[in-house]
Amino acid sequence: MGEVTFHDVSKRFALRVEGELHHVRALDNVSFSVRDGEIVALIGPSGCGKTTALRVAMGLDAATSGRVTVDGRGVAGCGHDRGMVFQHAELLPWLSALQNVMFGLEMKGMRGEALRATAEKYLDLVGLAESKNRRPHQLSGGMKQRVGIARALAIDPKVLLMDEPFGALDAQTRETMQAELLDIHQRTRKTILFVTHDLDEAVLIADRIVVMKAGRVCDVMAVPLGRPRPDLGIVRGTPEFAETRYKVWRALHDAPTVH
Amino acid sequence: MVDIVERQDQSAAQIEAAERRPLPRWVITVISVAFALVLWEIFGRRINPVFGSYPTAIAAAAWELARSGQLADALYQSLRPFAAGYALAIVVGVPLGLFIGGFRTAEAALGIYITAGYAMPLVALVPLLILWLGLGFAVKVAVVFLMALFPICINTWLGVTAVPKTLIEVGKSFVAPDWVILRRIVLPATLPYIMAGVRLAVGRAVVAMVIAEFFTTISGLGAVIINSANNFDTATMFVPIVILMVMAIGLNWLIGVIEHRVAPWQAEIAGRDRE
Repeated sequence: MGEVTFHDVSKRFALRVEGELHHVRALDNVSFSVRDGEIVALIGPSGCGKTTALRVAMGLDAATSGRVTVDGRGVAGCGHDRGMVFQHAELLPWLSALQNVMFGLEMKGMRGEALRATAEKYLDLVGLAESKNRRPHQLSGGMKQRVGIARALAIDPKVLLMDEPFGALDAQTRETMQAELLDIHQRTRKTILFVTHDLDEAVLIADRIVVMKAGRVCDVMAVPLGRPRPDLGIVRGTPEFAETRYKVWRALHDAPTVH
Repeated sequence: MVDIVERQDQSAAQIEAAERRPLPRWVITVISVAFALVLWEIFGRRINPVFGSYPTAIAAAAWELARSGQLADALYQSLRPFAAGYALAIVVGVPLGLFIGGFRTAEAALGIYITAGYAMPLVALVPLLILWLGLGFAVKVAVVFLMALFPICINTWLGVTAVPKTLIEVGKSFVAPDWVILRRIVLPATLPYIMAGVRLAVGRAVVAMVIAEFFTTISGLGAVIINSANNFDTATMFVPIVILMVMAIGLNWLIGVIEHRVAPWQAEIAGRDRE
């Protein structure tokens, strides 16, 4: 199981700009849920609160009001039931790819023979068995992010939280990674909450898309594409893709900021 | 295409050799030192030997000191408190810096003493230290320790505050306890800063050692300096000075080697590992 639900989550920051105290509403009564095994893309312009929503779900930030639950249990701080994939992978530069994956597992309390074997298994899953002994600076951007995904998946979380994981990659690598993510999802059936600002990406990988603007959820729409999606090139050519993409685009551009 | 095929046939060593065309660093350093020594020799010889000296005269004086056994004695006397004080400064300074940088309360409560201590006019405090610790080994260790401690501690502290927040969040996301984050993320990320502090402290520890030898029991290399200066034997006076500077260079090199061992990723990231 792995169901994430946002219950009226609000998050306010106090921000001092030139001596004046401003209250920024990063999240304003955000409610939506991600069903078990589903991929939900959280999309919106920068500053809309999508990354904050993810951080609250991870437990890195606390909500001012409301709460996030995972399988009905309220989130209080970080936990092994959620695995985070960071925007720039954030691998520990002094550890090899394998050791980076092992780090997460060790924190979960795994020791001995199983530790190494499990880490190797997940590096293999993301196609990096050959490069397991390389340090992060010896890996390309796409490879780093694969290690980041392996590290999060290895602890076998109920939910994978991904913060614009492919945003810093070049276009071609990004497409490869999107296909690989879908492949990994097909095999592991993990629930995934995926933050992105890329329209194509959201439609290609998600089952549902949550559109956010100015700290609010302004639309939730289903992607009528079905699974599996083995060839994203073909998906891109379908009328459903174009239609959904246009609908999300409209939502981002026309939706009123106040309901 | 032909070029590519040939490239593949070349062994990795050959490719590496072809890339290493520029003059090695050590050659440049040797040329620079030789040049400085020659200049010093030429101009030093024109000066009254009381007011200055020159390399060959200093070398002769060094030989004389070494032959009489004085140099070995002095070195032994000097290096013991130096090594003890310097080692103690590392052992105390690094954990203290980690602690102050790692915990907000510790930073607010203790940081101010470290900042002030760095600027402490230690020479003025030596008489007080003598009152507490006497004139012997202990007070010399204390002077070296106090001079070396602060750069090490401050650098470690600064290093901790410079650790990217996201790396710490990686630890938090995987539910690592605070002390595990400190040991497995903050400490390695801070290592380059720690090593820089340890390097800076070498120079200060050497100066502290000589100060201690001047103001407490006159002994070791400091004694050689004072005695020969009192006899207007400038060449001999320069021997310990040169030795101390060479020693500092040697220690710096050694620290560099150690740094490369404990934090190889740093040089690799900066692209310095091929030299």
